[in-house]
Amino acid sequence: MWETITQIAPYAVAYTIPLLMGALSGLVSERSGVINLCVEGYMLVGYFISALTISILQPIMGNSALLIGLIVAMIGGAIFSLLHGFASISLKADQVISGTAVNLIATALTVYIARNVTGSGNISIMLGIVRSDVPVLHSIPILGKLLFTNTYWSTWLCIAIWAFFWWLLYKTSFGLRLRGCGEHPSAVASAGINVHKMRYIAVMLSGALGALAGGVMIVTYSGEFNGSVAGLGFLAVAAMIFGQWKPLGILGATFFFGIATTIGNVSQLFASLSSFPPVIFKVFPYAITLVALVLFSKSSAAPKADGEPF
Amino acid sequence: MSAKKNKELKSNNFIIAISAVVLGLIAGAILILIIGENPFASFRYLVRGALMSVRRTGTTLAITTTLMLVGLSIAFAFKTGLFNIGASGQILAGGLAATTVAFAVDIPHVPLIFLILLTGFIAGAIWGLIPGLLKAFFNVHEVVSTIMMNWIAYWVVFYFVPAFLKGPSLETESAGLPFEKTLRVSWLTELFDGSNYINVGLIVAIIAVIVIKFIMDKTTLGFELKAVGYNRYGAEYAGIRVNRSVVLSMMIAGGLAGLAGVAYYCGYSGKIQIGILPTQGFDGIAVALLGASSPVGVVFSSFFFGILQAGKGFMSGNTLVPPEIADTIIAVIIYFTATSVMFKNFWDKRFKKINEKRNIVQKDSNSIEEDN
Repeated sequence: MWETITQIAPYAVAYTIPLLMGALSGLVSERSGVINLCVEGYMLVGYFISALTISILQPIMGNSALLIGLIVAMIGGAIFSLLHGFASISLKADQVISGTAVNLIATALTVYIARNVTGSGNISIMLGIVRSDVPVLHSIPILGKLLFTNTYWSTWLCIAIWAFFWWLLYKTSFGLRLRGCGEHPSAVASAGINVHKMRYIAVMLSGALGALAGGVMIVTYSGEFNGSVAGLGFLAVAAMIFGQWKPLGILGATFFFGIATTIGNVSQLFASLSSFPPVIFKVFPYAITLVALVLFSKSSAAPKADGEPF
Repeated sequence: MSAKKNKELKSNNFIIAISAVVLGLIAGAILILIIGENPFASFRYLVRGALMSVRRTGTTLAITTTLMLVGLSIAFAFKTGLFNIGASGQILAGGLAATTVAFAVDIPHVPLIFLILLTGFIAGAIWGLIPGLLKAFFNVHEVVSTIMMNWIAYWVVFYFVPAFLKGPSLETESAGLPFEKTLRVSWLTELFDGSNYINVGLIVAIIAVIVIKFIMDKTTLGFELKAVGYNRYGAEYAGIRVNRSVVLSMMIAGGLAGLAGVAYYCGYSGKIQIGILPTQGFDGIAVALLGASSPVGVVFSSFFFGILQAGKGFMSGNTLVPPEIADTIIAVIIYFTATSVMFKNFWDKRFKKINEKRNIVQKDSNSIEEDN
């Protein structure tokens, strides 16, 4: 059993990280009062832009192309998210419909461009991030084997970004204002702060984070843009809700969901797990989110002004 | 001056919808121009691909069938104050249940058609029932719960089809339904010059439109459902059982999307693929929005999107334009319908100017008359 767990752990972590960035993307936007159902679209844009950038730059500059690919993807995601921001902030449109439209635009547009670039619509990169052990830490008993062996550097980058956002949202006046926009925008406005500007910043950060989630998939386990992130963006939204719109909550929720999904992916390979049908593990995150919504329905932590135009 | 011309011009749903469509087509034209093709020629191929022969028209109508039922489901939910973003899951639920029953039951064709339609409706309704109950009794927003239900359906299909309905060759789809187990009937196929896709789903869709229109406009039930959608608390005060209405609305919307699943999987394609969340569930949002959530509007808008979807293959075969252009146009149209307030302001301003001008002209002519 221990052997199974240590074998699965690196996969579970690799799968969790894009989910964590996706959930953080949703969180930053929704805490500012803009509903974000377009994490899937942001991820797809990042998935596409990073694959395209890296496939062009890698032959020229080698492995530093990976980091540049991620950065370009984040910038592209931030610009793309303005589509959702403009509709939901400036035009006060229905944010659910706008989010759905943004998802569909991302799906159609990325494949449209990809087909013009490669013909088949698939863009693959030569080499992703090479796994390595974290110096010193990997020799810690038990934990070292689980978390610090065979890791990607992008994993540590993303965890640092998550910690940065926790600090930004809870320890700075910027974060307080941003959260205020999601709870009681008129109170924030009466303190002389531009609610629209705050929400635009939040949406763009959200777009960048969502795109990073997609980019991380390219440089770690996927390696190829194929026109779909297979609902990972919606799984991230589920994790955000299950984590009750809190950074620590989403960290727990994404690891929980990441492990469940990974077990579902590999359960047929391990004798100790193969007695469970994999569908249980795949459906589990969505079902448990529905249960959580029922349990928390009386005391939901959802931002009070989520989805309300100002 | 005629009385009609004197009437104040105002923006309405129709003008806003047309504005969204025009902008969607312009966005598509720009994308076609970028890759160096001629947009007008491409759009002509698109329309020709959908309508140039009786047979192709049959295929277009078969695609329209699914969109009409999904659009009706979402439009009905909108009218009752609900946003059914879970049509994709209900399509899968209805399609999977109907396909399973079609394989399992050996009865003559006509009763089988009724049986699988009923099965699909019930399965879709059950997929709508859960979000309905959660909304009515726990105040869980239906947008979130139906999205969860979408992905539950996705994974159930993903594992159920290879385990129980596996075809002889491909792992990613079920075995094909034989002709006498589908919604296809020989007289319709012959009527449309041998189209392999046209099926009785089209008739079902038109009947569904009429039934829903009748329920909404002429019955107490429809009035109650609409009242709840308009103002939940007002409806409650008027003695309408709000919870029952919400659950019923979600069930009917789910059932209609379930029928769309039957029309698609047991009529159009004749088999069910895994690993795909049907995009019709989202295209249906465009259909409903463009049709201003009215059953009759849905008929026309679904035909419009049916042409886009049916003709894209022919267009990309004859030009360098990838077929995804159709999906891009649909997505842009949804986006612009969501931001319709922009057009409303635009047209209101234009019309205000025109109206003012007219008033001045009228005043002038009136004063001239007075002078005389």
